[in-house]
Amino acid sequence: MNWGSSAEFLAMGGYAFYVWGSYLAALACMTLEPLLLALRRKRALERLQAERTRHETAA
Amino acid sequence: MSNGLINWFRYGSPQSFYPLAGRMVPWFAALAALSGAAGLWIAFFVAPTDAQQGEAYRIIFVHVPASWLSMFLYVIMAGWAGLGLALNTRLSAMMAHAIAPTGAMFAFLSLWSGALWGRPTWGTYWVWDARLTSELVLFFLYLGYMALNAAIDDPRRADRASAVLALVGVVNVPIIYFSVKWWNTLHQGASVSLTRAPSMATTMLTGMLVMAIAFWMYSIAVALARVRSIMLEREAHTDWARELKETA
Repeated sequence: MNWGSSAEFLAMGGYAFYVWGSYLAALACMTLEPLLLALRRKRALERLQAERTRHETAA
Repeated sequence: MSNGLINWFRYGSPQSFYPLAGRMVPWFAALAALSGAAGLWIAFFVAPTDAQQGEAYRIIFVHVPASWLSMFLYVIMAGWAGLGLALNTRLSAMMAHAIAPTGAMFAFLSLWSGALWGRPTWGTYWVWDARLTSELVLFFLYLGYMALNAAIDDPRRADRASAVLALVGVVNVPIIYFSVKWWNTLHQGASVSLTRAPSMATTMLTGMLVMAIAFWMYSIAVALARVRSIMLEREAHTDWARELKETA
């Protein structure tokens, strides 16, 4: 185990800004991308629904 | 037909790949979460403090996997784009489009974490050194690929134009990889090589590899989820799409 306390863990030996800056950026990107994808899927399904209705009224 | 090839071509059409991709997404997402948790555990609690760099070196567990993925994903994207150009299959171009944003995201993370690592170790966030500059070019290639796709209205023409861009840009990947050998750069040499023993502690290497697996699984899950949306957007007018049971 590398850390004596949680404060020591957060301090990262004085490199907190650099270490957490990297990990949080990765976390943010990899959270945001799936959220944006879910939104894109929702929009695509809504458009598909509109296409279905148009098709049914035309038929 | 009993020809073994036919099964593969069956999945080359969007209507048969769409449900298959949908079934695969949760599995790859679960694998990504599991290997990500294991990788983070190793990165922070198993791998020892570096003798020279202290705790700053822990950036390696984000930086190296992100850099690898940014290069791998580009090659795979260009492969799909090239396949689409050669065979004119609908799915190939869609796969290439699905990979691009994730590749760009990893190229960005590579540059970002590299800058945050460069500051405490080299004293600067950025230098115009061969490794850093060629990775920046990779990031711009991804952005250019996506911009070109968005700029051309006819999707089939956009597929072909962007495929040519993707294929031309492949030349940049070996440049990134070998840049630390070919030029005298500030960036350190390869962390992992097939020809010699790794230059770091086994636990550090394991952590890096496990994180790379996590990023791989994430990429596959996200690309498959995205290709499903692309299929719906492009094929909304077709019978198979309209007949799907899925609703928003």
